[in-house]
Order: sequence, then C-alpha cells, then structure tokens
Amino acid sequence: MVNLQEVYKTYDNGTKALKGVTLKIENGEFVFVVGPSGSGKSTIVKLLVAEIRPTSGKAEINGFDIGSLRQREIPYMRRTVGVVFQDFRLIENKTVYENVAFVMRAVGAPPRVIKKRVPYVLDLVGVLHKARRLPSELSGGEQQRVAIARALVNNPDVVLADEPTGNLDPARSLELMMLFEKINALGTTVIVVTHERELVDQFEKRVVAIDGGMVISDRTGGYYTRDGLEVEL
Amino acid sequence: MKRLSGTRSAGFSYYLREGVRGIFVHGFMSFAAITVIAACLLITATFGLVAYNIDLLIKDLEKQSEIVVYIDDSVSREDAVKLGDQIRALDNVQSAEFVTKEQLFDDYLAGLGSDAYVMEGLKDDNPLRDSYRVTMKDVSKHAETVAALEKVAGVASSSSSKEVSDRLIQIRRVTNLISYTLIAMLGAVGIFIISNTVKLAMFARKEEIAIMKMVGATNHFIRAPFVIEGILLGLSAAALSFFLQWAVYGYITKQLTAGTAILSMLPFAAFWKPLALVLLAAGLVLGVGGSTVTIRKFLKV
Repeated sequence: MVNLQEVYKTYDNGTKALKGVTLKIENGEFVFVVGPSGSGKSTIVKLLVAEIRPTSGKAEINGFDIGSLRQREIPYMRRTVGVVFQDFRLIENKTVYENVAFVMRAVGAPPRVIKKRVPYVLDLVGVLHKARRLPSELSGGEQQRVAIARALVNNPDVVLADEPTGNLDPARSLELMMLFEKINALGTTVIVVTHERELVDQFEKRVVAIDGGMVISDRTGGYYTRDGLEVEL
Repeated sequence: MKRLSGTRSAGFSYYLREGVRGIFVHGFMSFAAITVIAACLLITATFGLVAYNIDLLIKDLEKQSEIVVYIDDSVSREDAVKLGDQIRALDNVQSAEFVTKEQLFDDYLAGLGSDAYVMEGLKDDNPLRDSYRVTMKDVSKHAETVAALEKVAGVASSSSSKEVSDRLIQIRRVTNLISYTLIAMLGAVGIFIISNTVKLAMFARKEEIAIMKMVGATNHFIRAPFVIEGILLGLSAAALSFFLQWAVYGYITKQLTAGTAILSMLPFAAFWKPLALVLLAAGLVLGVGGSTVTIRKFLKV
C-alpha cells in the first residue's frame, strides 16, 4: 500500500518538486500516474524507492515510513517494490535467465527456489523461450518483458513502472499494458507512471494526474484536470 | 503469487565465483597488481629476514659471554696461576680457566690446519700471553665485570665478543628502521594498488551494482565479491612473494656467508612455515584493506 500525506519535496538546488501531494493507493489497485515533464512524477518514483526522502509530510509504502527509514532498512523496503524502467536496464553480458536469477540471489534466495521461480516468471511474461539469449538479441518489447520478469521475480507487493513504454511502438506498448493488467489480476499492486495519454485512455483504470508538484486530478478512466478539462501534455 | 520464504544470505561459493570473475574481467590489471604487491612483500620480507638473522647472531654472541683476560708478560707463570684466585673472587665471575700461552698457541695452530707449518717457527718465540677464560654469572653486567677484571694487578687486557655484538646491535637498529619504514610505505602502496584494481572491477559492474541496490540487495551482498577479489589478489601476491623469497634468500645466504664463518644464516627450511603464514596474513590484510577502502568510497554504503 502507498500512502502519501501532504508530501513536500524541495531539492538542494531549491527546486520545489512536490508541493503537498496526498495520494493513497490500496493493495491490489492498478493506477496510472500521469503528468507532463517536470510535473513531479519522477520525484514520486524516487520517493517510492527511497532514493530520496520527503522534505516534509508522510510517505509510507508497504508499511515502511520513507521519512524515518534507516539506511540499512532500505534494501528490505526495496524488496517489496519491483521497479521497471523506461530503458529496461538489463545487464548486457548476462543471459535473460541470469538477468532475472541474479536479483533473486541478491536477496538471498536458495538456488532450488531460483531454479523453480525464474522459468515460471519468464513464462508469465512470455519470454521463457528466450531464456538463454542475451538482451542484445531481443527486441525492445521482449527486453521490457524481461525487465518486468525481473521486477516480479522477488514477488513484490507493488510493481512500479516508470515510463515503461517510452521506448516501444504503440502495438508493443498495448501488449505490455495488458501484461501489467494480468500481473495486477494475480494480486500485485501496479503503478504505471507515464505521459502517454492514448495508452492510458484505452484502459478504464484509476488515473492520478500530477502537475506543478500537485495532484490535480484523481479519478477512474481518462485524463482529467480538477475542473474536468483535459490536461495539456 | 506465493511469497518467497528463502531470505538467507547468498552462499560463499557465489561470492567466490564473482570475486574470481572480477579478477579476470581486468586480467592484465590484476596480474600487474599481484606482481607489484608481491614485489613489495618480497622487499619487506627480505629486510625482515636479514634483521631476524642479525638478531639471532646477537643472541648467539651474547650466549658466548666468555671474557678472555690476558696476563701481563712481566708476571711469572707461578704468579699468573695465583691470579686465578683473585679473579674467581670477583663478584660476577662464574669460573676462570687458566690457559697457558703454549696451549693457546697449539690451539691456534690446530685452527690453521694444514697451513700450520707457516707459524711453526714462532713456537720457540711464542708472542701470545697466558690467559684466563672467564665466564660470567650475569651477562648483562658485562661492562662492570670487564672493568673489575682489568683492575686486577697483573692483568694486561681483556677481550670479548662484546664489540662485535655492539656493532651488530647497531646494524640491527638500522635494518629494523628500514624494515618498519618499508612495511609502512610498501603497505600503503599495496593497499593503493588493490584499491585501484577493485575500483576498475566495480566500474565494470556499475550498472549491475545500481540494479542490485534497486532490487534490495544488502550492502553486504554487494560488497562481498569485491572483498573476496581483493583477498584473492592479496593472497596470490603473498604466494608469489613466498616462492620469490625462497630464491632470493638462498642467493643472499650464499653471498653473505661465502668466505666468512662469522655470518651464519638460518637455512630457509628453518622458517618457511612462519614466513608463509606472515606473508599470507599480510596479503590478507592488504586485500581486505584495499578493497574495503574503495568500496566505502565508491558505493557510499
């Protein structure tokens, strides 16, 4: 569960990225976080993975209070959040299988569990047949599926996707969103941060619009401002 | 989806495998690091061993605490024998054995072996003096005992191994100083080299480290392979320096002991075990030190 209460974030250079964001996402929800560049979306992503801490307000994710989290508790907090990046961030010299398996090793999973779990997750995202390939031998869509498998493999409570379709064509983007729906249907909370309105509009999901460091709209289906007008992106 | 239950720490075999991989990622740099560190260890150990040998020599000389007291030529044989009582009555004297100058000359000839005939002619005109071989109760009171002996009327002079021992103590001080300086300097060099090698390995795996942090790997998990890499570099260098030391020590022993009986050096076999342990321990310390310094700076963990 994500719970942001009146969160403010001012960076060291004085930039006010968040100005009192309040946002609650329950377990099992599927939420789009939308907004133009510089709206504060990325700051929210960084906050949710404890890369930064709020200047004021309360930021809670899966029971961890980001504001008061100790440095050595951060790894344990991050294990509850699977992150998918726009640029996939796969390790080039590791096979698809290894890319996914190594994050299980990183959290101390026993080898027999890894051997069972990795093929399952690769199959879930539809790239099991590419398990022995290197990322460079895969298409963009396939690489992003591997990245999703990696985010899922440690069974997080929340999957957080930061512009996951940014490097994909519309057809692949749609497929990917359907995969996120499937993951959500299995019980995992999914938060997709994006600025692609066409994509968002194709799904009847909760949409949280951010602009100027504030939540300007929070409703199901479509891309709306507080006044009911569409947000200019 | 079912929650994973296994959260124990990753096995040592994983860290070891990754550590070895790190060494081979920058094979040449690792090779260079091992060679330079081995050279550092070799130089330090060589000085250490020289100092150790000098130390043994000094102890050996101190054990031979005998003082030879020469009796003045003007003193008759009879009086010379009587002087023994006076000498034995002195405070720190354990025993005093009278040696006639004829006996001394014979001993000297015996020492010359086949060359003795050269000195045969001097037998009738013996230039040596009657003497006493004095042993002490307490070696540390050497100076006082010598002074007391020389005050005895009829005693011309005395000699002992004290002078040689003093000279060796001076040499030992110098070699010790050099050894400590070298340990400090070359230790710093070793740590610097290991830290740079590990830094390269970390740069090569920067993206991997970033992803590991993002998925919740503990700092321990991220750090361990690099520490193992540092340790492997240090231990390899230690092993290399041990075998080099074997050769170098043999050479030094040969050079120093050739033509002289004073400088006897311990054979390599007498200390190879402690030497190997010390070198391995030094390699371990350098490995852990070098890698830890880098990781702390690099990861800011």
